[in-house]
Amino acid sequence: MIKFLFDIDTWQEVYDSMSKNKLRTFITMIGVWWGILLLIGLLGAARGMENSFNKLFGDFATNSVFMWAQSTSKPFKGFQEGKRVQVTLSDAQKIRDNVEGIEFVVPRNQNGSLVVRKFLSGNFTVAGDYPLFDKVQKKKMMNGRFINQNDIDDNKKVAVISDDIYKQLFEKDEQAVGEYIEINSINFTVIGVFEQGNIGMGDQIHIPFTTFQQIYNQGEQIGFMMITGKPEYDILQIEEDAKLLLKNLHRVHPEDKRAFGSFNLGEQFARLTGFLTGMQFLTWFVGIATLIAGVFAIGNILLITVKERTKEIGVRRALGATPFEIKRQIVVEAVFLTLVAGLMGIISGGWILIWLDSAFGQGEDATLINASVSIGIVFLALLILVTLGTLIGLIPAFKATSVKPIEALREE
Amino acid sequence: MLKINQLHKSYPIGDSSLHVLKGIDLEVETGEMVAIMGSSGSGKSTLLNIIGMLDEADSGDYILDGVPIKNLNEKKAAIYRNKFLGFIFQSFNLINYKNALENVALPLYYQGLKRKERLEKGKFHLQKVGLLDWAHHLPSELSGGQKQRIAIARALAADPKLLLADEPTGALDTKTSYEIMEFLQQLNDEGKTILIVTHEEDIAEMCKRVVRLRDGVIEEDKKVNQVRASQYV
Repeated sequence: MIKFLFDIDTWQEVYDSMSKNKLRTFITMIGVWWGILLLIGLLGAARGMENSFNKLFGDFATNSVFMWAQSTSKPFKGFQEGKRVQVTLSDAQKIRDNVEGIEFVVPRNQNGSLVVRKFLSGNFTVAGDYPLFDKVQKKKMMNGRFINQNDIDDNKKVAVISDDIYKQLFEKDEQAVGEYIEINSINFTVIGVFEQGNIGMGDQIHIPFTTFQQIYNQGEQIGFMMITGKPEYDILQIEEDAKLLLKNLHRVHPEDKRAFGSFNLGEQFARLTGFLTGMQFLTWFVGIATLIAGVFAIGNILLITVKERTKEIGVRRALGATPFEIKRQIVVEAVFLTLVAGLMGIISGGWILIWLDSAFGQGEDATLINASVSIGIVFLALLILVTLGTLIGLIPAFKATSVKPIEALREE
Repeated sequence: MLKINQLHKSYPIGDSSLHVLKGIDLEVETGEMVAIMGSSGSGKSTLLNIIGMLDEADSGDYILDGVPIKNLNEKKAAIYRNKFLGFIFQSFNLINYKNALENVALPLYYQGLKRKERLEKGKFHLQKVGLLDWAHHLPSELSGGQKQRIAIARALAADPKLLLADEPTGALDTKTSYEIMEFLQQLNDEGKTILIVTHEEDIAEMCKRVVRLRDGVIEEDKKVNQVRASQYV
């Protein structure tokens, strides 16, 4: 069989029977070509979309939940409903120590303030943060650094600002690090400028948590906390456990739904990931269905070809071709057709991806980032093609040899 | 060379069946040139097809060159056809997208010969039928007589023991027919055994023996004085 595949005559026969009717061969191949082109184009686009989502969430710990305190909705242990609840630093500490699967607990405070620099000013959200915050929401520093432990320990009056604020408070090309800005009429030294990501938290100025406590007179209270779970833990469970713990600490009814608010980023992210998975499934489905349709087109054409060539096949058999030799030839034709059409589909699919990349994949907010298909998938598709081609080739092959040579010869 | 004993064959037609061959006994020696004659429906083509292993008899014995031909599967039949038999058809049956040389070399392909060897042998046989200059022409570029000579070259290529010709001159004019017959006579002179199915008296007379079939039985089997085709050409 191997020898047969490397025999020039085998391919001469394939070439002869194909070039005999070029148009038919061409149209047949279009089916498979289109199928694999679609598969690659769709898979690449889906991957590009996934990549762009990933970039959007890239510098963000996705397995996280935000939690804050509100007021109770149920009376409990002698307290009336409507009691204001406040979370404190010690709550955050307790959550970190007692809830299973937690990676970080980051307490935060936020406040809107007037920020002035020389003659420029604006109202911005000022956030009191620990250095840990940089771990859960990675800041891309353009200049300088983020808040460190020293700043916290010494209640330093330093600020890290976003590039947006930099543009509003500073002249173009002006050096920001080391300059002073006025927050709540208190001078702060700018120690860093960061690039605002695609997902902003709304806050654009970060100052040390302890400094924030001081200037806004917050005491131990915290506005909200961000809890991130270890990757192998379910963030929904962590959210539930943390809330229950908070309810215990603050004497809130366990069934109270309002006392503590939360936003589960992990859940939202999972939803999005689910959507992407669904889209990928759809892509595969459409691509493979088209591919199968294309392969069937090949089978159909081969069947017609075989019918047309009944007489020729009869002659060949009269000259001593065994049924196996006839079948083998037809199957090789089918596989060759699918393979060539498939390869052309892969190549033009690659062009489509290149085009997609240049049309939608460039710049900051590209909709498709690095639209691509892994080589493994390409080979898998090719393997499927060849398998289908073989199977579909068997139909006309058996049809061809089911006719007795004498009947085939009689055919006019 | 060839021995047939009480051969029967019938074809189903609707619910009934048509008894085409009703007990044929035939013996052909090596080097004979036999014409099988008969009107249409007499069963002469059926007989030839059974001899050619393209069809199978319902009952009876058929021994070819000492080998009993019985219960053949398709694969075995194909190998025997390739080894023992050369076919010449009325409508030539050349493969129209292959040139003359490739057509002639085709049986050798199924014998598993290497391409170079095949083309050499093919050229030799083309030379024999006098069409070497036409080796690279497609059948559509050849005349009827030329096509039949290519077909004869193809039948000879595998060096068969028996040549089977089904109305070899049926699609040709008289002059070309005689040329083909002259060539077949030459082959017979060289020792080839040839069986020709025909319904033309003049063609039959150019053989050495005439077997007449009528309604599925042999009506007459006689040796004739061979008329040489060369005298007409």
